[in-house]
Amino acid sequence: MVLGLLIVAFPLYLALIASTHTAQAIAQAPMPMLPGGHMLENYAAVLGGSGGSGASNAPVGRMMWVSLVTAMAITVGKIAVSLLSAFALVYFRFPLRGLVFWAIFVTLMLPVEVRIAPTYQVVADLGLLNSYAGLTVPLIASATATFLFRQFFLTVPDELVEAARMDGAGPMRFFFDILLPLSKTSIAALFVIQFIYGWNQYLWPLLATTSEDMYPVVVGIRRMMAGGDSGNQWNLVMATAVLAMLPPTLVVVLMQRWFVKGLVDTEK
Amino acid sequence: MAAISLQNIVKRYGHGAKANQVLHGISADIADGEFIVIVGPSGCGKSTLLRMVAGLEEVSEGQISIGGRVVNDVEPADRDIAMVFQNYALYPHMSVFDNMAYGLKIAKVPKAEIEQRVHKAAGILELEPFLQRTPRQLSGGQRQRVAMGRAIVRQPQAFLFDEPLSNLDAKLRAQTRLEIQKLHRELGVTSLFVTHDQVEAMTLAQRMIVMNAGRVEQMGTPEQVYGKPASSFVASFIGSPPMNLLSGQASGASFTIGGQTLALPAAAPRDGALVLGLRPEHCQISADGLWPLAVETVEMLGAERLVHGRLGGALFTVRIDATLVPPQLGQTVKLSAAPAQLHWFDNSTGQRVDA
Repeated sequence: MVLGLLIVAFPLYLALIASTHTAQAIAQAPMPMLPGGHMLENYAAVLGGSGGSGASNAPVGRMMWVSLVTAMAITVGKIAVSLLSAFALVYFRFPLRGLVFWAIFVTLMLPVEVRIAPTYQVVADLGLLNSYAGLTVPLIASATATFLFRQFFLTVPDELVEAARMDGAGPMRFFFDILLPLSKTSIAALFVIQFIYGWNQYLWPLLATTSEDMYPVVVGIRRMMAGGDSGNQWNLVMATAVLAMLPPTLVVVLMQRWFVKGLVDTEK
Repeated sequence: MAAISLQNIVKRYGHGAKANQVLHGISADIADGEFIVIVGPSGCGKSTLLRMVAGLEEVSEGQISIGGRVVNDVEPADRDIAMVFQNYALYPHMSVFDNMAYGLKIAKVPKAEIEQRVHKAAGILELEPFLQRTPRQLSGGQRQRVAMGRAIVRQPQAFLFDEPLSNLDAKLRAQTRLEIQKLHRELGVTSLFVTHDQVEAMTLAQRMIVMNAGRVEQMGTPEQVYGKPASSFVASFIGSPPMNLLSGQASGASFTIGGQTLALPAAAPRDGALVLGLRPEHCQISADGLWPLAVETVEMLGAERLVHGRLGGALFTVRIDATLVPPQLGQTVKLSAAPAQLHWFDNSTGQRVDA
């Protein structure tokens, strides 16, 4: 078990160590295994964008911001859209309801990569490249989340709906007063998953952005590596990587309290 | 408070030839302040009927009016009624207070009045100490009271109960039954109570509606239903253990069943194929009895014993006081019954036949 843990943790440790040394120190043959003295210097350099001779030296601070905004927009958008569509699917009778459900379900089976070319075309035609809208909107629709919420809503007893009707709660009132509070555990879980998903988007931002100030940090890391042999300032790359890891970690740590709470009082 | 009137209520699911009719024209008039119990076996349509009064199911045909107003197309919340569900249907994430106040909040009742009404209801139901708890922290009986509290605070024209006691254990059920009775005495609100338990029906009802297969079999006071069942179904459904029903041929003062001819204490209302009904508690074992009963088993219930045996090949049960010496198994004893305790039903329709 300890061995397994070490195997998982070692690259992380290495990244952390590397981000505290000068570029020269890392490049030497046995890489130093103990923290060096250049941590603050490196991180300041990375955040401020004075990275020196790398292929790209856009400020990481800006990238983090872009990443944060897109990840949040994707997460919040996804949850809102799928909550509402699941609500419609479960509680309203409308023509072709079954067909709509299956249409949503089928998109589960299409990976993003399959529809990336047409999506790019659409976004480009709409002039949304290099904008937050272009980065987020195509990723908001989520069959997975819709499906999950639908399954959850189906477990809510009918009598609760009827009690709310007797109490005079209209559909939206029922949604906000009763369904939403009951789903908060599922929402918390989805929030974590979708935030990490949004944060780690790589392929789509790579296509949809061309200007440096719209790079999310994940793409930014890639751009910092020159692709050639010498120029990589590994200390800075590693510092950026460590920074890029922070927000998802933070989200998991913060939302964990919710998870535990949700697990302790399973209520329906 | 209001009278409720049901006129020729029909319910069918589906359309056209595939339609499945579950209620076949139910009519009933319920007076203001009356406590009515609708009782019947599962699947007889009693819950459907209640849900139609509540507005949770559409009325296929007929008319429902509450307090003189036809409510067929009125939303449940606007019918001025309150419902207690079988599994209580409390909002799990809200405190007891919020559960009870939710309907009033939506109706935009002023805050001070909500407070006052909820506290009053909580006082009646002894829920004051639990107002800030969530339903999951309460026991079954307490949840049941919260569900009733939620109905009370709305000060409705009528209460609808959908088997509210069936999730409680036997002891609590008896206790809650008394509480519901007391509550009805205090509030005097018209109540419709659905149950499949005939004991609940007998104890709670001022009048009861016995339903079977989507039809009303009998409507009347518990005394009428018990004492003069309108059909063999009612006879066997109400009363525990159920009434003994023997089908045979009547001819004057004799009744032939399974090749055995029994002498009757009084002549049958008519000759021919009839069903004879006699409650287990209405016959005695006595030496000068007319009917021979071959005893098969004897059950001890505490205050009384049930003697099961065969009479003319058919199963027959007699209830005797536990202080009497019980008959031996395999013994044949003589039974006697008062003429007034015999019930006669038509063999094919099951309808009561009176002389």
